[in-house]
Amino acid sequence: MTGKKRQILIFLFFAAAVLLVPLFFKGNYLLNVFVFVGINTILAIGLNLLLGYAGQISLGHAAFFGLGAYISGIITTRFPLDPWLVIVLAAVCAGALAFVIGFPILKLKGHYLAMATLGFGIIMYIIFNETVGLTGGPSGLSGIPNLHIGSLIFDNDLNNYYLVWLFTLVVMLLSINLSQSRIGRALRAINDSEMAARVMGVNARILKVQIFTVSAVISAIAGSLYAHIMTFISPASFGFNFSIELLTMVVIGGLGSIYGSFLGAAILTMLPEFLRVFQDFDIIIYGLMLILMTMFMPGGLISGIQKIAEFTAAKIKGMTSNNAQT
Amino acid sequence: MLRNIFKIIFVLFFSVLMAGVVFAAPPLKIGALFSVSGPASFLGEPERNTAEMMVADINKAGGIKGRKLELIVYDTQGDATKAVQAVNKLIKDDKVVAIIGPSTTGDSMAVIPVVEKAEIPMISCAAGIKITDPVKKWVFKTAQNDALAVMKLYKYLQKQKIAKVAILTVSDGFGSSGREQLKLQSKEFGMQITSDETYGPKDDDMTVQLTKIRDSQAQAIICWGTNPGPAKVARNVKQLGIKLPLFMSHGVSSKKFIELAGEGAEGIILPSGRVIVADQLPKSDPQKKALMNYVNKYKENYKVEGDHFGGHAGDAVMLLKRAIEQGAFTPAAIRDQLEKTKKFAGIGGTFSYSPQDHAGLTSEAFVLVQVKQGDWKLIK
Repeated sequence: MTGKKRQILIFLFFAAAVLLVPLFFKGNYLLNVFVFVGINTILAIGLNLLLGYAGQISLGHAAFFGLGAYISGIITTRFPLDPWLVIVLAAVCAGALAFVIGFPILKLKGHYLAMATLGFGIIMYIIFNETVGLTGGPSGLSGIPNLHIGSLIFDNDLNNYYLVWLFTLVVMLLSINLSQSRIGRALRAINDSEMAARVMGVNARILKVQIFTVSAVISAIAGSLYAHIMTFISPASFGFNFSIELLTMVVIGGLGSIYGSFLGAAILTMLPEFLRVFQDFDIIIYGLMLILMTMFMPGGLISGIQKIAEFTAAKIKGMTSNNAQT
Repeated sequence: MLRNIFKIIFVLFFSVLMAGVVFAAPPLKIGALFSVSGPASFLGEPERNTAEMMVADINKAGGIKGRKLELIVYDTQGDATKAVQAVNKLIKDDKVVAIIGPSTTGDSMAVIPVVEKAEIPMISCAAGIKITDPVKKWVFKTAQNDALAVMKLYKYLQKQKIAKVAILTVSDGFGSSGREQLKLQSKEFGMQITSDETYGPKDDDMTVQLTKIRDSQAQAIICWGTNPGPAKVARNVKQLGIKLPLFMSHGVSSKKFIELAGEGAEGIILPSGRVIVADQLPKSDPQKKALMNYVNKYKENYKVEGDHFGGHAGDAVMLLKRAIEQGAFTPAAIRDQLEKTKKFAGIGGTFSYSPQDHAGLTSEAFVLVQVKQGDWKLIK
């Protein structure tokens, strides 16, 4: 089987699993959690394209998420525009903003880039918080309408699940495709050595800005979906903490792995739910698990699992060959 | 060795879990959402403590009509997303009959669509006026509206013949709601706002804003925020030698504020719930009994003074208790009974709900208090 065929098979298998999940969780509150897993997966993939492939860090990605949410929220609560159209508008706005700030910001490297994106995230948070007349300020913006197609209204967990995961699967497919194209290879070259990539004729400057823009657009779409599903948004959801949470999802799942982003998003979204049993100690256990994961699986979960699988496979092979000898 | 330790831990853990499930009659499940951690933990922690204390008391006395209560508390961390996930779990997984909280206006607004759709009564512990205005069928609240605090304060200022004020508000949910009300009601009370300044929740120094205010025509300064910001304002006012009288909001009405502001607190006047001056209330005050009971019990259980934030959760528990005592065991029946609540003297005030009013309080819920010699004094 060629690599490409295998890729397609894995994706189809994943998509089928995603579509079948609701059958087992009908009426269960976990379905609601899965909706947020979907949104976080979109966000994690968006950030992974930037961080995992191009090697450019962003500590302010929650800002694009917030921008999408607020543009959708503000416009649909005030004007009778079609929400789907506004999602496109929000994505274009976030993309345009990323494109404009991308040129100066992405000239920076390492810690300086981290600081610049951190600053951008904080500026956006302050704007969400302080423009009370527009965003509703710290106490939030409510009454955002649900999305609908004809008479199908996305106002329950089941419908929202399919809505979000449809977007997630599309984003996944496009990202996998992108990562294996010429651009994906060029991005990985930039990640390894920007100088070498330039020498080979890769236009690193433009490419970095482009992937930053794509990443922002993906985040903004997730933001719009979030706003229409929650029907309420407040700045606290788009602050520095959430940017860090996104970063953790990507790193835990595995840099440069699309399915890893899903795993990271799933774990960080669901773990707190399962740890609720431990009541006040949940935060400690949560932190401990994150530390252990980064210590023993520094390449992320996907490569960690692969290594474990290879290790056990080798062991089994060793055992069988030993048996053959005796 | 390690395996044995794990076994012991597991056995201990499950025996603790099981210990709660020995009762014969199924307990009535009440959900609670408090921001126990995160930036609003100063609300969530006393609220959780109070709710747990009150429910334990009810159960010790044999429950309500033979049914014990089971309180299920989830932490929202002051995050709307987490609040929505938690409320979904309470409704769909734990199948609670009523919900207490959330602690903040933001979290409350986020979960309202969910409880309205699931038709589960909720008693919010947040102050924002938007929560019950317009009235939502399944949503009640116990925290006093900011509008009432502003009204109480402006009435006092009017009597003192002060008509020009400078306002200094914090840029968070509490402050922005206060600012809105201060501006909105200024016309009604003939107040002129000569300067409108804000500060960030984490700011350390407000001398810039205060210097501007000093140079304005203001006759008084009103600062609207929760600890620790207003304490810094009080200190800065003292340092700058500003002689204008300083007024604050119910957001700082706890002993903690006097501790933080030190000498700067002296003479400050603010509208507050009656909790902090419970022992100074006249015997005729209908709330006196509930208040003294709460203050003493809280101190006994947690070794610190109970504040009015905890009181919001305490009132919610008592309101539910009264509803259930009327034989309401289902969400719909509890909601109907809650709406019929009349003249219930709680910790935050005397509640009377109606189909048009799910906030239940008047400006009588507030008294004016002044800091004198490092303690709160009731202004009569």
